[in-house]
This record gives sequence, structure tokens and C-alpha cells, in this order.
Amino acid sequence: MINAVGREIPEKIGDYVVRPYTGAYDGAPSTTPVHSLRCAGKTTSDTQKLTYSLEDAIRRAGLTDGMTISFHHSFREGDKIIGQVLLAIRALGIKDLKFAPSAVVNIKNPSIVDFVKDGTITSIEASGIRGELGDAVLEGLMDQPVILRPHGSRPRAIEAGELKIDVAFIGASAADEYGNATGQIGPNACGALGYSFIDATSAAKVVVVTDYLVDYPCVPASISQQYVDVVCKVDEIGDPEKIGKGATRMTKNPRDLMIAQRSADVMAASRRFKDGFGFQTGAGAISIACTNYLAKHMEEKGIKASFALGGMTASIVEMYHKGLVRVLECSQCFDSVAARAIVENANIVEIDNAVYSNAHTKGAMLDKLTFGILAALEVDTDFNVNILTGSSGEMMGGLGGGPDVSAGADISIVCLPIVRGRTPSVTKRVFTCCTPGETVAAVVTEAGIALNPRHRHYEELKEDLTKAGMKLVTIEYLQKMAESLTGVPQPIETTDRVVCVVEYRDGSVIDVIREIKK
Amino acid sequence: MAEKTIRLKRTGLYASGATPVNMIQAIFYNEDMLVYDLEDSVPASEKDAARLLVYRMLKEHRPEGKYICIRVNGIYSEELEQDLEAAVRANPDCIRIPKVEYAREVQAISRRIAQIEEAVGLEVGKIELICNIESYMGVLNAQEIAMADPRVVALSVAAEDLTASLKAQRTKAGLEVFYARNAVLLACRAAGVDALDIVFSDINDEEGLRADTALAKNLGFDGKTVVHPRQIDVVNSYFTPSMKEIKYALRVLKAVEDGKAAGKGAVTLDGGMIDKPMELRARTTLAQAAAAGINVERMVI
Repeated sequence: MINAVGREIPEKIGDYVVRPYTGAYDGAPSTTPVHSLRCAGKTTSDTQKLTYSLEDAIRRAGLTDGMTISFHHSFREGDKIIGQVLLAIRALGIKDLKFAPSAVVNIKNPSIVDFVKDGTITSIEASGIRGELGDAVLEGLMDQPVILRPHGSRPRAIEAGELKIDVAFIGASAADEYGNATGQIGPNACGALGYSFIDATSAAKVVVVTDYLVDYPCVPASISQQYVDVVCKVDEIGDPEKIGKGATRMTKNPRDLMIAQRSADVMAASRRFKDGFGFQTGAGAISIACTNYLAKHMEEKGIKASFALGGMTASIVEMYHKGLVRVLECSQCFDSVAARAIVENANIVEIDNAVYSNAHTKGAMLDKLTFGILAALEVDTDFNVNILTGSSGEMMGGLGGGPDVSAGADISIVCLPIVRGRTPSVTKRVFTCCTPGETVAAVVTEAGIALNPRHRHYEELKEDLTKAGMKLVTIEYLQKMAESLTGVPQPIETTDRVVCVVEYRDGSVIDVIREIKK
Repeated sequence: MAEKTIRLKRTGLYASGATPVNMIQAIFYNEDMLVYDLEDSVPASEKDAARLLVYRMLKEHRPEGKYICIRVNGIYSEELEQDLEAAVRANPDCIRIPKVEYAREVQAISRRIAQIEEAVGLEVGKIELICNIESYMGVLNAQEIAMADPRVVALSVAAEDLTASLKAQRTKAGLEVFYARNAVLLACRAAGVDALDIVFSDINDEEGLRADTALAKNLGFDGKTVVHPRQIDVVNSYFTPSMKEIKYALRVLKAVEDGKAAGKGAVTLDGGMIDKPMELRARTTLAQAAAAGINVERMVI
């Protein structure tokens, strides 16, 4: 069948029940009470939750064949927990697990691929499967298709009963022996643990894994002891260098700076750029530069934002310290400056990923965003955005919160260069549709700014940018310009076998990724 | 010989003929002059490929609204003949000649360009020349170079080779090339052509770039070569004319128009004669103002 963004998707994919995407704001929430596997517990003052053995922790959590395990991705490529836990699981001979982290970062030693090959993991659900695993999946590694969901859809799927987590392993940079845990202090501090809240409250069993035990009670505590079954102390949970040391640096790439500046100019030209606005700029190279240019506009015009949302960087923390933003709502922190800032500042707060982005709650914060800056690998002439697959059919990124932010923000701006290396980024049809075009207000490139005539604020934005003297082009102009420079690449050849299901934020299927022909 | 047109040269950015990605990206920045390079940035083994790439770039993706140059290899280089054959056929606005020291060198190249223009059916004399002054001899002969040929529209000072030729030490303050900058500038003024200033090499020092560009502007230069796209907007901003300069330019042109209407041969303003270079400079000032988005149409002068 063909869904509402013109993608051909199968009516059935194995046991997976396909609900085709029908529109960005169409999906109705479940009418049944939210699901959770969490049971009541019973503890006394003698209860011992602490263990120094991951195998013991796994046994105590009752993990058996066929169950679902989860992790968060807040330690990014510095994560050493996932590998250790999977090795311990393998040592116990447990097989056939569903691996359901908030995202799979590129972990190489040990490789997740090996755990798939030996049958420890047989299915995967995440927001992205970057790196070696992603490439292997596209080449047909898994028997079951991987389900990819944007950030907001993961808590939605859990509460809808579509994803049931048996054992959540929650990495913490500090914890006490009774389970109070945080990411904000300790040698491997990563800041907010916003992606773990739903796991803590919904999983059947919760194991906190830390390398930094602190005296009871651990303060601050992002994960409360009341949800935690076992605390496991290991030697090392991460590599601080890769978790994010210092401030995320601003790009010096002149092309990216130009795109960033233009994106900030678009925001500043909008009538919505006024006291009390809210924004999310993200952590990509262009995004951070855009944050700095936005700050300049705010200083020049004396405008203050009410909040910044999502993943935090040092640039946004600096805006906070300058008094340009009243509150920072952090679902994750991309550098150590942002991670430390939560501890040190009253109005820089850690938030639950569900509060940030779940469309099927009684209020996601990103619905209050005025501006959202989105990175992309490709955008097409229908303004559909690809943030997963690269030009040669490799897995380049994760869905992250992009589809959520695009739908929630009043003005969502996709920033990308029109060509990368030898391939065009503005195309007639993206290889994988992740974010529907109807939610994208503008595409900003080095070759010009294109507004989306189908966006709900098109007329307003067009009027504002024209008034500001900004030159607008059509998306078709950008596509033709890009392809005139690079030529039209040969299409990526695939088989009919679906290897990834790309869900939209409401759980409908916006696209599928088929196995890449070798 | 073709009529001279006013083309802004506030910023000149080089894009190596050996780096297609940079050639593509350079289209999108705000430089007035884009110089596709066949000389120093191209390794000897890639000269032929670069020549072809630059030719195809101009034929198929020539950017609009920019002054397009090709820098050929040096006057005594074995590559020059093939460079000229390709460059003229690509029909750029200008060919930039490196390391010019004598007027005769410019004249020889101009003659060769004319032969090729004629052979391929292009308007003879339309392709302009910018001469890079990169040695003490070039500085000493700057005036004869600037006046060497009607194709010459600008001289550009290049500090790196110049300091080597002077046996000077290159410093950020640039006192060692201060005389040379002024000598070339005077030559340009005498010849009525544009004067283009040296690069500021430290791309991470924006304050230094600002100070150096302010100096160039105050000395009288018309533009500056940049070493990195990040420098373009800063340099352009300094070569945006002041309101006083714009109003003076408007007065010059009004006097010229009034003089023409009255059938006068010689036109004066504030007691002084307005010659052709003055008129050209006035038009350039207004073009610079227009490039910076300043509307001069209803300005009261």
C-alpha cells in the first residue's frame, strides 16, 4: 500500500502490525490505560540491592530467553555499559533478546553485531542504529526488521503496550547502594538521563549500573530508589573523552557557518521572534553555530527567550548565563559544560524525554516551541526529510527528536548543504522518509532559502522574510542546482525484504528501509 | 577594445582548480571576485586536469553576479600557453597573471589572448587582466605595468613572495610591505585602475583582519584578496562606502550628466576638473553601495 507521504509499504511485515502513516497530526492515542510492567515491591531496612557482579545483577533481575532489555544513549560513544552487560548476558547463556535502547550509538568493542550473530539479540527497537550495526542491518543481518522510532514515540510505544521492557539497565555516573541515581556527578557525568525515566517507571525490573558509588542518599537523583531493583557497581561505565569533554566546539566550516547564519536570520526575521519565544537548535555542527548567531540577534534586538529545549550544549548554557533564556529544559546534554550546568543552576533542569516529545500525553514541551532547527541528510522537493540513510545506502544517523520537533515547533527549519561531497542533498525523492514535508516550514542551504507552500505558517513566514529583504528560492531550484553540480546519482538498489520499519511519532509507518543489494 | 565596465572587487577568493568541492562551494559565498586557480594551489601532476575542470566549471556552472577570474601559471612557465588556450576559451571576465615584473610581459600575454580570442570568435579585448605584483621589481615597475595594456583593470599586491624577494620577515603588522602597498596603490591611481590589497593570513584572528582591512580601506584600496571564505563578509563590510563617499559620488555623476546635457567638453566640481577615472570611481562607489544593499536612488545630495 501507499501511505500519505507516497511511500510503498507492505501491509504486513512478519508479526509487525502495519498502521500506515496518514498525516502528521492524524494519529489517535490509545484509549486504554497506559501500560507498564512495573509491579509493587517490598523492601525492608535489610534489603540489599547492591552487587559487584553484572551476572549476579542479571540473575537477580530474572532475565531469561526471549525478554526485552533496554539502555539509554546518554553516554553516547563513550558508553561502556551496553558492551559489559551484553557480555555478561552471553556468559549466562541467555538468548533471543529484544534489544531496545533509546538509541544505538556506534559501539565497536564489543560490537553489537557479534551479539546478533551469536543469537543473544534477535530483534532491535531504537531511534537509530548508527555505525557498524546499522550498516550490517541494512545488508540483511537480522531476521526481524528493526523498528526505528523518533524520541517521542518510544515512551508512546511503551505506554501503548507496543514495547514492553522486561529489564532496564540504567547507566548512572553516580548512584547510592539503594538505587538513587544520576548522570550529573561523578567522573563520567553525562548530565540529563531524560531517556531513562520511562524505562525506570515502566520496566518489570530496573538495574542501575554505576562506577561511582556515593553515600546514601545520592543527590541529585534523577532515578528514584523506589523504581530500582538492583544496583551494580562496575569498574568503568564510560570514556569521559567520548561522552563529551568540555564545550562542544563551533564549526569553522564556512559553508556550515553560512547556513547557520541564514537559519538564525530566518528566525530573527519572523514575527514570532519576540520576548517569550522557545527554541530548540540541537547539537549538529550547523545547529551550534546557529545557536550563536541566534544569540547575537537576541542581544542586538534585546529579545529574551522563555525556554530552550531538548539536547543542551555549552552555547545554550552561555545564552542562559547572559540572561537571554529564562529556562533550559534538558532531555540530554551534549557536552560536559551542559552536563554540569544542571547541577549548578536552578533554571537549568533535567526533563523526562516523554515530557519533551511524546505526542500522546497531555502535553509535550515541544508543542510550545516557536523555532526548531533540524539537521538532515537529505530533503526532497516535497520537503520530506531523511535523517537515517546516506547516499550510498549506509546508516548515517538516528531519527532522534527530529520528526517530533518538526511537528511541534511553529517554525521548523531544516538546515543542510545542497551537496555533500559528490552527492546532492536536495533530491526529487529522499531515500528514506523520516519527517513528513508538511511539518517543515523552511529549508535553508548555502544556495538559498526555500519555504514550504504546504506548511501551516507559509504565508506568514513568506511575508516576514520578504519584508526583511531575504531572497527566497523554490525547493525545485535547490534540487536542480544540486543535481546540476553533481549529476544524478544512480538509485540505490534494494531487494524486497524489509530490514527497518520507520515509525512516525504516532506509531504509524512512515517508511520502510529495504535490504541494500550488495 | 571593449568598453570597461564597473565590476566590484571588494573581495577576491581563490578556488583551486584541483579541488572541485571548493570550486563548487565558492559559488555560494559573497565574494565579488572568484578566482579559479591554475597556479600555486595545483600540483604539477594535476595541471591538465585542473585546466579542464576550470574550463568545464565556467562553461556549465558559471556563477551569476560574480567577477570571474582564472589565475594562470607564471609568465615563464611551460604551462602558460595551454593555460591561456583553455582560459580564453572559458571566456572569464578576467585572467589574473602572477608575478608580473615588466609591462612587456603583460603586453605579450595580451597579444596572445587577442590571438586566441580572434581564433575562437570572441570579442577581442573583452577579457580583462589583473596583474599580481609579488616582487620588488614588480613594485618598482608598478606604474608601467598598470598602464601596460588597456586590458589591465587592477593590480594586486601579494605579500608572501614579495617579502621573500625583499629579504624581509613577514609579520602580522605588515610594516615590511607597507611601502610596497602604497607604491602599487599610487601606480593604480595614476593609471586609473583598481588597487587590490594583500591577504591577511591568520584566519582565526578576526580583530586583526578588521584592523588590516580598515587600514587598506583608509589607504585607498578598492578591495582585498581573502585566504578563507570566513573573511569575506568582514572585508566586504569595510569596503562599503560611507554616506559621505556615496553623496560625493552622486555629485560627481550629476556634474558629469549636467555637463553632457550642456554640451560641455570639460566638467568641473567644486572648482576641480572631473576626469574619466574620477567618474569611474564614482560609479564604483555607487556599485559598492548597491552591493551592500544601500538604496541611493532618492538620496538627497
